[in-house]
Amino acid sequence: MRHFRSIDEVGTDGVTRLLDLADHMAEVNRRPNPKVPALRGKTVCNVFFEDSTRTRLSFETAAKRLSADIMNFGVSSSSVNKGESLRDTIETIAAMGVDAFVIRHGSSGVPWQVEQWTDAAVVNAGDGWHAHPTQALLDCYTIRTALHRTGGFDGLKIAIVGDVKHSRVARSDIRAFTLLGADVTLVAPRTLLPPTVDVPVTTDLDDVIGDVDVLYLLRMQRERMTESLVPSLREYTARFGLTPARAVALPEHALIMHPGPMNRGVEMAVDPGELPGAVITQQVTNGIAVRMAVLFELLGSGTELEDDE
Amino acid sequence: MSEQILIIGGRVVDQAGERRADVRVTDGRVAEVAETIEPVDADEVLDASECVVSPGFVDLHTHLREPGREEAETIETGSRAAARGGYTCVVAMPNTDPTQDSVSVVEFVRRQGEAAGLCDVRPSGSITIGRAGEQLSPLGELAAVGVHLFTDDGDGVQDPLLMRRALEYAADLGVVLAQHCEVKRLTEGAVMHEGRCCSTFGLPGWPSIAEELMVYRDIELVRLTGAPVHILHLSTARSVDLVRAAKAEGLAVTAEATPHHISLTDELLVGYSALYKVNPPLRTLPDVTAVRAGLADGTIDAIATDHAPHAPETKEQPLDQAPPGMLGLETALGVSLAHLDMPLADVVAALSWKPAEIAGVADLHGRPVAPGEPANLTVFDPTAEWEVVPARLASKSRNTPFIGIPLRGKVRHTVLNGTATVLDGEAMR
Repeated sequence: MRHFRSIDEVGTDGVTRLLDLADHMAEVNRRPNPKVPALRGKTVCNVFFEDSTRTRLSFETAAKRLSADIMNFGVSSSSVNKGESLRDTIETIAAMGVDAFVIRHGSSGVPWQVEQWTDAAVVNAGDGWHAHPTQALLDCYTIRTALHRTGGFDGLKIAIVGDVKHSRVARSDIRAFTLLGADVTLVAPRTLLPPTVDVPVTTDLDDVIGDVDVLYLLRMQRERMTESLVPSLREYTARFGLTPARAVALPEHALIMHPGPMNRGVEMAVDPGELPGAVITQQVTNGIAVRMAVLFELLGSGTELEDDE
Repeated sequence: MSEQILIIGGRVVDQAGERRADVRVTDGRVAEVAETIEPVDADEVLDASECVVSPGFVDLHTHLREPGREEAETIETGSRAAARGGYTCVVAMPNTDPTQDSVSVVEFVRRQGEAAGLCDVRPSGSITIGRAGEQLSPLGELAAVGVHLFTDDGDGVQDPLLMRRALEYAADLGVVLAQHCEVKRLTEGAVMHEGRCCSTFGLPGWPSIAEELMVYRDIELVRLTGAPVHILHLSTARSVDLVRAAKAEGLAVTAEATPHHISLTDELLVGYSALYKVNPPLRTLPDVTAVRAGLADGTIDAIATDHAPHAPETKEQPLDQAPPGMLGLETALGVSLAHLDMPLADVVAALSWKPAEIAGVADLHGRPVAPGEPANLTVFDPTAEWEVVPARLASKSRNTPFIGIPLRGKVRHTVLNGTATVLDGEAMR
C-alpha cells in the first residue's frame, strides 16, 4: 500500500487488513502508556486547506502514539495566503523530508494531484465531496466492534440519511460498507443525492427505521436551504431527522452514528446521550486506532508494536 | 521562398471528388492540376507521395489568447500551431482581454495575424460588450471591417430577449451569430459532465440539459427571426437530435463538434487531471457516438478545435479551480481520422470547405483544387500513425490530453497564399 486516498484504492482485502490492524492499535491505546516506537524517525505532515478540528487532532494523536514526528500546516497561517500554488506548497514541504502527507482539501481530487509532486505517501483526510476514507474505516471499525461483526457485514442493514450529494463521508461509507457485504439504503430527497447511485434509495425514513442495524445520520448544512435543496430545516427534520418518535421505532440493538459535527435539533432532534445505541463518541475514539493502522501500514517497516521504553 | 510550387505524387481530395494529380502553384494561385506535371527549374517540389492534397483547413473555433493572455498563447504561436495542423485560416475567438468587441481590438488581432504570416487569422466579434450579456457590441461597425462570426464564446448569451434582439439586428448584416450553449444557472460550480462518473468522483455536474435548452431556444429564435445561428461545440446526443430536426425543417442552423467530443469520455477524469477539463465537458460514450453520427450524416457541418491554450500552472490547480480547455490545432486531423468512420472526403469537408462557408471565408479558403483558385492547400498523410511529443508542439502551452495516444493522419505541408508555411511537418517561420 503506497497511499490511502480512497476505499477503492485498497479494496476489500485492504479494508479488512486495516481493520484487523486497528484492533492491535486499539489494544495499544488501552495501555497505561499508549505509545509504541513503531514509526520513530518518520515524519508526517498534516496539510489542511480546510478547517478541521477532529480529523486533524485524530491524525496528530495517531502519529504521536506511533512515535512519528508530526508537523501541522494550516492554510490560515500559510504561504498559500501569499499566493503560493498548491504544487509549490507541497514541493516545499516535501523538500523538508516528509514521509507522509495527510491532506484535507475542499476540492475533490487534490490527493491525486499531490501524489504527482512528491515521493511521500499521501493520505486523504477528506477531498471535496469525494472521499474521506479514514472516516469510512473508523465507521466500519465502530460497527464491527459494537455489533461483533469481525467476519464482515453480510446481511447487515445500514441506512444513511441526509445530504449524500455533498458528502465525502457518505461516498466513502457506501463503498466500504458495501465491500464488507452490508445492504446500504440511502434516505434522502432527490435534491440531496448525486445524479446516480448504486444502492437502494427511499424518501420514507419511517418505512426503514424499524428494520435497520445501523442508522447513519449525515450533517445537514444550513446553506442547503438557500440553494433550494430543501424548503426549510424544519421540514428536513420532520422528514429526515432523528426525532423522539423515530428513536422509539429503532430496533433495540441498532447503532446510531454521525460523523460530526452534529446539528442538534436538525438531523439529531433527540439527545444522543439518552440513546443507548448511539456510538458517536466511540467513533471519535476509534478514529485514532484506524488512523494509526493506516500510518503504520504506509510507513511501518515490519517493526513489532512494542511498548515504548 | 519560391513563387512556384509543384506538389507531386498525391491524391487530390476536394468538392469535385478524389483523383490522382500533381498541382502547380504560381503567384498565390493554383496554376495547373494534372495527373503528371514535369518539374521545371523554377519549381519548389513538395513531395506528396502517400498524401492527400486538399483545400486548406479552416478552424471556426480558435482561442489565440492575444491580447491579454500572452503567457498561454500569442497570435504568432497559435498561427504556427494552426499551420502545423494544416490550417490556412482560423477564426479567433473574442474572449480576449480586452474583448474583441470594438474595431480597434479586432483590427489589432487581424494585424498581428498578418504579421505572423502563418495563417489567415479572422477575428470574431463578441455579441455583447465585454461578453457580459447586457449590451450589444457594435455589430454593424464590426461587420463593416470584415467580422463575419459573432459569439460570446466562453459564455452563452443567457438573456433570451437580448439574443432575440441580436439576431434581429444582425439579420441583414450578412453575418452569423455563434452560440456557446450553456444555461449558466444549471452549471454553477460544474466541473465535469453530470452522470455516473461525477457521482462517483464527487464533482459537481454539468448536465446535458444545460446545453440542450439553449440549443432548443436558439433554434426557435432562428425560426422566429430568420437569422442564422451556428452552434459551437455540440456535445450531447440530444443536441445532435435537435439540430438534425431543425435542419430537416430547413432552418438556418449550422453546428460544429470538437475532436475531443468525438474521441474522449468523462471517465478519463478518474485521475482528476485538469487536462480533461473542458467546456462543454467530455460526455459519455453514447454522446460521443451520437456526435460522430451527426458528423457522418451532415447534421454537424464542421470539426472545430476549440483550441484553448492554458499555462501549466493554471492547469495544476485543483480541478474545480483549473480553467477549462485543451489544445486542438495540431491534433485535430490525427484525432479525427483515428476516431471517425467516415469517407475521407467527408472528413476533409468538415475540416475545410464546410467551415469555410460558415466563417464567411469561402472566397479564399476551402476552394476546389483547380486552376485559378487561391492556393490555400493542405498536404497530409491520412494513414501516418504518430504520437504527440509535448516539447515539439508549436503552441506556447502544453495542455493536450492526447499525449501517448496513437493518432492517425499527419500534416506534411501547408500552403498559404501560394507559399509553404509548413514543409515536411515543420513551420517555415
